[in-house]
Amino acid sequence: MTKTTNVKAYQQVSGLAGIGLHLLFIVFSLACILPLVLIVAISLSNEKLLTLKGYKFWPEEIDWSAYRYLFNDSETLFKAYGVTLTVTFVGTILAVLLIALYAYPLFRKDFPFKKAFNLYLLITMLFSGGLVPFYLFYINYLHLRDSLIALILPGLSNAFYIFITRTFFQQTVPEEMIESGKLDGASEWRIFFQLVLPISLPVLATIGLFTTLMYWNDWFNSLLFINDTDKFSLQYVMIQMIRQAEFFKNQLAGSGVALLVQETVPTESLRMAMVVVSIGPILFVYPFFQKYFTKGLTVGAIKG
Amino acid sequence: MVRLGRNVVKYRVLLLMLLPPAAVFFINCYIPMFGIFIAFKNINYVDGILGSPWAGWSNFRFLFATSDAWRVTVNTISYNAAFIVTGLILSVAVAIAVNEVRSRLASRFYQTVMIMPNFLSMVVVSYIVYAFLHPEYGFLVKHVLPLFGYSDVNAYMHPQAWPYILWLTKMWHSVGIGSVIYLAAITGISEELYEAAVMDGAGKWQQIVRITLPLLTPVMVILTILNLGGIFRSDFGLFYHVTLDSGALRSTTDVIDTYVYRGLIQLNDLGMSSAANFYQSVVGFFLVIGANSLARRLNRDTALF
Repeated sequence: MTKTTNVKAYQQVSGLAGIGLHLLFIVFSLACILPLVLIVAISLSNEKLLTLKGYKFWPEEIDWSAYRYLFNDSETLFKAYGVTLTVTFVGTILAVLLIALYAYPLFRKDFPFKKAFNLYLLITMLFSGGLVPFYLFYINYLHLRDSLIALILPGLSNAFYIFITRTFFQQTVPEEMIESGKLDGASEWRIFFQLVLPISLPVLATIGLFTTLMYWNDWFNSLLFINDTDKFSLQYVMIQMIRQAEFFKNQLAGSGVALLVQETVPTESLRMAMVVVSIGPILFVYPFFQKYFTKGLTVGAIKG
Repeated sequence: MVRLGRNVVKYRVLLLMLLPPAAVFFINCYIPMFGIFIAFKNINYVDGILGSPWAGWSNFRFLFATSDAWRVTVNTISYNAAFIVTGLILSVAVAIAVNEVRSRLASRFYQTVMIMPNFLSMVVVSYIVYAFLHPEYGFLVKHVLPLFGYSDVNAYMHPQAWPYILWLTKMWHSVGIGSVIYLAAITGISEELYEAAVMDGAGKWQQIVRITLPLLTPVMVILTILNLGGIFRSDFGLFYHVTLDSGALRSTTDVIDTYVYRGLIQLNDLGMSSAANFYQSVVGFFLVIGANSLARRLNRDTALF
């Protein structure tokens, strides 16, 4: 009797401390959310009021002109969306496929070259040639400047995800299944695609989500390889916008043109509208997939 | 030899599966590994990369003759050390605190929200910092700092402020996600330990200090050691985008990665950037090896290899 009450007692943080705990986390949560609220508020603000009163968490009047401008000048936005969607879609499918293709032979107990291919991956985790030779090889030997391949290929070699997937195979794919598949005369390809992959969907989904996010948020490869404005991704357009507004301001300051530019283009709110439009899809799907992200993260941490 | 040949034939399908991903690793990882030796070359575009003459150590002499090498090394290590230590403390503290939240709904909500910043790219984060620090309209600059008597502050011109700004930004971006790993470790701790502690009259604080923290220590040690292995590499986006690559901030925000990038892309100084690149790769390699052997000495199972 006393035991059960005790167990309950240890679980309970005393009333006041409990409230303090909630307060702490409410403050923390606000600190995470409010910066985004500021961005949204600026994007919905009137340009003139912005320049007069500065950025505020609550727009005095809701003004959609930045979004109207963004969708009317649709070419930049839609092209960038197209690039980001293409790269993310193709990249994710290829990455997951390649990861599974490498992980499967490593998982097979009878595969005699397991050690060598393990080592081949491990070395890439220990030693990196760094940026300079990577860049020079892509530009001078593969000639990938202004090619979408340069945005996809670098994301296809992640040793860590291969090890996670292999571990998942070891834990969930029964050895007998492969044996019986072989006895039934199924080819290696059939065993892989029709037996192993379907029961490994959870890990493939997790890794797919991580990869999707990685490609969606990538700006580094655009920074290195892309000059052609038609191939700017969303992230790269944002980089251009934050730098160029500064550039315009410095160039035009005092010339009177500055006023003109500001009158026609809502620069300040427009930039923030671009940010909102680019993170919209991620924030929208994120709460639904958070579970997977967390799971993948902890699997990686424990089995890494 | 015969057996090898027979095995290749027998397992040809599995080898064929390995071929495409292995080729990608060869392109992305192995060729650049051999490519680090261009640091010993005097590259000119007439002869091409392979044909250019060898230069001995001259690129390195140039690199270490400037104060740059020292500055970027110190910056890189100091920022990373600060991030590792405070990140560890804050992540563990948050994990323990979240674990004490009894309402499952509230706990899930807090977790969802505090992981969220990690899903924003550094470009987006740079916009957020900019919204606060914009020299004319920024929220802090326009509405908060004037209350303390500072008006028209252009933070992008004040290098001394940036260690704090970058630290805060990094913590905002990474503490939530960092705590998830520790939270997983905490939920793995057996309830019976706590029950026994309560029987012996231990309070909440004692449970944390005597049970939770000691049981988390292995995870903390391993993750920290692995982070130490990466202390020569930094979060390029943080130092490049959040500072808006402002030249006035270089003294406190230039790290090895931004230095290499600038030499390669903006200044076209291949000698300098390839020397810095070689330096980073080689020292980084020894740090990873050292960190791993340390991890292995502490606990065989958690080492990387």
